[in-house]
Amino acid sequence: MSAVIDQPTHGHAGHTDHHDHHAPSGWRRWVYATNHKDIGTMYMLFSLTMLMIGGVMALLIRAELFQPGLQFINPELFNQLTTMHGLIMVFGAIMPGFVGFANWMIPLQIGASDMAFARMNNFSFWLLIPAALLLVTGFFLPGGAPSGGWTLYAPLTLQMGPAMDTSIFALHIMGASSIMGAINIIVTILNMRAPDMPLMKMPMFPWTWLITAFLLIAVMPVLAGAITMTLTDRHFGTNFFNAAGGGDPVLFQHIFWFFGHPEVYIMILPAFGVISQIVPAFSRKKLFGYTSMVYATSSIAILSFIVWGHHMFTTGFPVAGQLFFMYATMLIAVPTAVKIFNWIATMWRGSMTFETPMLFAVGFIFVFTMGGFTGLILAMAPIDIQIQDTYYVVAHFHYVLVAGSLFAMFAGYYYWSPRWTGVMYNETRGKLHFWWSLISFNVTFFPMHFLGLAGMPRRYADYPMQFTDFNAIASVGSFFFGFAQVFFLLFIVLPTMRGHGKPAPQRPWDGAEGLEWELPAPLPAHTFENPPKLDATATRIVG
Amino acid sequence: MMRIFSKSPLHRAAALLVLVSSGMARVAHAVADLPGGPAVNQLNLHPPVTGIATDQSQLHWMMLVICAVIFVAVFSVMFYSIWKHRKSVGHKPADFHESFTVEVIWTAVPFLIVIGMALPATKVVIAMKDTTNADLTVKVTGMQWRWGYDYLRGEGEGIGFISALDRSQRILSDEGGPKAGSAVNDYLLKVDHPMVVPVGKKIRLILTANDVIHSWAVPSFGVHQDAIPGFVRDTWFRADEVGDYYGQCAKICGKEHAYMPIHVKVLSSVDYTKWVDAEKKKMSALADDPNKVWDVAELTKRGEVVYAANCAACHLPNGKGTGPIKPLDGSPLVLDADKNMQIMVLLNGRQGGVAAMPSWKQLSDTEIAAVITYTKNSWSNKTGELVQPSEIAQARK
Repeated sequence: MSAVIDQPTHGHAGHTDHHDHHAPSGWRRWVYATNHKDIGTMYMLFSLTMLMIGGVMALLIRAELFQPGLQFINPELFNQLTTMHGLIMVFGAIMPGFVGFANWMIPLQIGASDMAFARMNNFSFWLLIPAALLLVTGFFLPGGAPSGGWTLYAPLTLQMGPAMDTSIFALHIMGASSIMGAINIIVTILNMRAPDMPLMKMPMFPWTWLITAFLLIAVMPVLAGAITMTLTDRHFGTNFFNAAGGGDPVLFQHIFWFFGHPEVYIMILPAFGVISQIVPAFSRKKLFGYTSMVYATSSIAILSFIVWGHHMFTTGFPVAGQLFFMYATMLIAVPTAVKIFNWIATMWRGSMTFETPMLFAVGFIFVFTMGGFTGLILAMAPIDIQIQDTYYVVAHFHYVLVAGSLFAMFAGYYYWSPRWTGVMYNETRGKLHFWWSLISFNVTFFPMHFLGLAGMPRRYADYPMQFTDFNAIASVGSFFFGFAQVFFLLFIVLPTMRGHGKPAPQRPWDGAEGLEWELPAPLPAHTFENPPKLDATATRIVG
Repeated sequence: MMRIFSKSPLHRAAALLVLVSSGMARVAHAVADLPGGPAVNQLNLHPPVTGIATDQSQLHWMMLVICAVIFVAVFSVMFYSIWKHRKSVGHKPADFHESFTVEVIWTAVPFLIVIGMALPATKVVIAMKDTTNADLTVKVTGMQWRWGYDYLRGEGEGIGFISALDRSQRILSDEGGPKAGSAVNDYLLKVDHPMVVPVGKKIRLILTANDVIHSWAVPSFGVHQDAIPGFVRDTWFRADEVGDYYGQCAKICGKEHAYMPIHVKVLSSVDYTKWVDAEKKKMSALADDPNKVWDVAELTKRGEVVYAANCAACHLPNGKGTGPIKPLDGSPLVLDADKNMQIMVLLNGRQGGVAAMPSWKQLSDTEIAAVITYTKNSWSNKTGELVQPSEIAQARK
C-alpha cells in the first residue's frame, strides 16, 4: 500500500535500530524523516515556535494599547503586527499544530503502520519552513510586512510593499502543504485502518480530521485563487479587485470568506475530536451519542460552506442576502449545541478525575461555549451591524480559537505526550499551566466584549480615552497569558522532550480506550507493522 | 434600559476591578463620558437615538438574556455532574452511552430557539434596508484618511466639505497621547468640520470611497456601512434627539485608520436652516476665483493650510516624510524647474511604490496650486517659484 509497509521490518525496540541504514540518525533522521512520529513531532515544534513568534507580536500590540496615545510603535508597524499576528497564528500555529496531532495519532488510533504517503508527508512539513521564513522576513523588506489585516482585503493590498508578494507566496506554499497533508490523511484513514475497524467504530479524533481534510481540499485552492488574483492585480495589470480599473473589491471578500469560513472549522473540528477523546477517558464512560457526534461534525462542515456572507453584513447585502446568511449561520448553533450536550452527557454519572488533560477539556467546553454564544449574537445581522469590526469580534474569535483550538491542543498534549515522549509530564506544573492560562485568558479577552459593544473598532493603534481601563486590563492579562505559554514551553514541553520525568506506563489513564494505548511502553519507532486483530468494539487488540 | 444598567452594581464592580488591576492607567486619566460618543468603561451598546438602534439594542438584550439563561442552565448541569460524579467521592461510572430520543430532543429544541431568535431579527433587517422616502440625501466619500460629505438632495443641497480629525489631536497621539492628569473627552473624535443634519428627518446616506474600503459607523444611530471604491451603497437613519454623535472608521484602511473619526451634529430644524444659510455664505466667500493671479507669499500662506489639512499626516509638518513616505524637503521632484511632474503626481497619484501617493484631484485648482507653491518655498526649499491655479486647470485637461 505504501512505501513504508514494504520496507524490511526493523524490530520493535525503537532506540536500538538507529544504526540500521533505513533509520538515519542525527540531522538525517529529521530532514529525511518518513516516520509519522518524527514528522508529527516536527510539526508540533514548528507550531510552538510560530505560537511564540505570533505571541510576541500580540504582546507588542497589547503593550501599545495599554494606554491611549502612541508610546512604542507607530501606526504602520502596528498594522503590520496585527496582520502578521493573525496570519502566523492561523497558518503557522493552529493549522500545523493539528496536523502534528494528526500525524502522531491517526496511524496509532486506526492501527496503521504509518501515513499512506510517507515521503509526501515529509515534503508537506518541510514546505512550511520556507513559507514561514517568507512570511516572517516580510518585516525586513522595504515598507515592512503586509499591513492590511490578515483578511488581505483588496484594494488595500494593492498599496502594500513587496512583502505582500512574499506573503502571498508563503500562503501558496502553506496551502500546497495543507492540501498534501489533507490528501495523506484522507487516504490513510480510508485505506489503512485495521481491517476490523469500520468507519463507524473509528475514534472521534480521526473522524473529525477526515472531515477537516475534505474541508481543506475544498477551500485551500479557493484561497490560492483569491491571492493569485491579488498578485496579478498588483503586478500584471489585471483588475479583478481594483475598482479604479473596473474590478470589484467586494468580490475579494466573497472569495476570501468562501475559504475563510470553512477555515474556521478546519481549526476547530480537530479540537472537537481531541475533546471527544479526553472527556470519555476521564469520565471512565463511553462517549455519549457517538453516531450523532459524527453526524453533527459532518453537518457543521457542510453548513460552513453556506455562511460566508455573515462576515460581510456591512458591505451592503440586499435584504434577501442578509436574511439567508443570518439564518444559515444561526443553524450552525444546532449541531454545535448537540456536541456540547453530548460531552456533558458523557460526563453525567461518570466517575470523573481531573488531571490536566481533563481540566483543559472542561475549560474548553466552558469557555468555548461563551465564544459560541457570542458567535450566535454576531450572526444576528441587526446586532452585527453594531459590532462588526469592533473588539467584540476580536473577543469572539479569540474565545473560539485560543480557548477553543489552543486549549484543545494543550489538552491533547497532556493526554498523549506520555505516549510521545515516554515520560509523564509534571502534574503540578500542568495544573498551574491550566489555571494560569484560563484566568489570564479571560482577563485578557473578556473586557474586549465591553470595548466592542461600546464601539471600539479593531485594528486601532490609538483610541478614545473612555476605552482606557478595559484596554489596560486586557494588556495586563495578555502578558500573564504570554508568560504562561513560555512556562509551558520551558518547564513542561522541554523537560518531557529531554526525557525528564517518571517513565510513562503503557496506560497512564485508566479510563482511556483506543489502539494508541494497546502498544507497549516506551513506544517503538515503528508500530502496527502488521495490521492488528481487534475486538468487536475496535478498541482492543486480540490475539 | 442601557442608562439604568450603566449605574448598576455590576458597573461598580467592574470599576473596582479596574482600579485594582490597572491603577496607573486609571489614575492618570480622569476622563468623563462623551455624550453621543463612548462613556467611560461603557458596558453595553450606546444609548440609541434612532428607531433602528433601539431595535438593535432590544434584540441584543433579548439575545443576551436567552444566551445567559441557556449558559447557566447547561453549565449548572455540568458543574453538578463534576461535583457529584467524581471518582474521589466514590461515584461509579454508569454505562449508558446513547439515546435516540434524547438526541432528537436536544437537536429540536435548539432549532426552535434559533427560529425564535431569527423572527424578530428579520423585521429589523427589513427596516434597516428601507432607504426610500428620504428627506435629505447626503453622499459620504471615504478617503485616506478623511470623510467627504456632499449634500445631494433636500435642504442644504449643494453643500460639500471634507471632515478630518483635528490636527492637534493627531499630533497629541504621536506625542504619546493626552498627558497624565489631563482629560480630553473627545480624544480622536474631534473633527474640523462635522456633518450636520436636522432632527427627526430621514437621512439617506449614499456611500462610496476614493481609494480603499472604509466604513462609516455611528453607534448611536445603529448605522454601519462600508464605503467601497467603485461602488455605491446606501443606508439611512432618523435621529430622534438633538445632539452630537460620534463614530470612527470601522474598516482597516491603511496607517491612519484610527484617525478618521465621524462627528454628526443633529440640530433642530430651525438651527439646521441657519447652518445651511451660514454654510452657503461661507462657501461663496471661500470660493476662489479660478482666474485670479496670485503672488508667491499669498499662495504659500494659502498652501500652508492645505498642506496641514491634507499632506502633513504622511509627509509630516516638517516635510521630512517617514519610513516609506518620501520627504518633500529637498525632494528633487519638488525642486525641479519642470512643475508639471509635481502637478501630475498630485492629480494622478503615484502607484507601484512602497507607499502609494493617492490622487488629490478632488482638491480645487487653487488648493493644488497653493500646496505645490508651499512645498516649493518651505523648509530648506527656496525656489521662489509658484504655480498658478490656471496651470492646474490646464493640466487637468
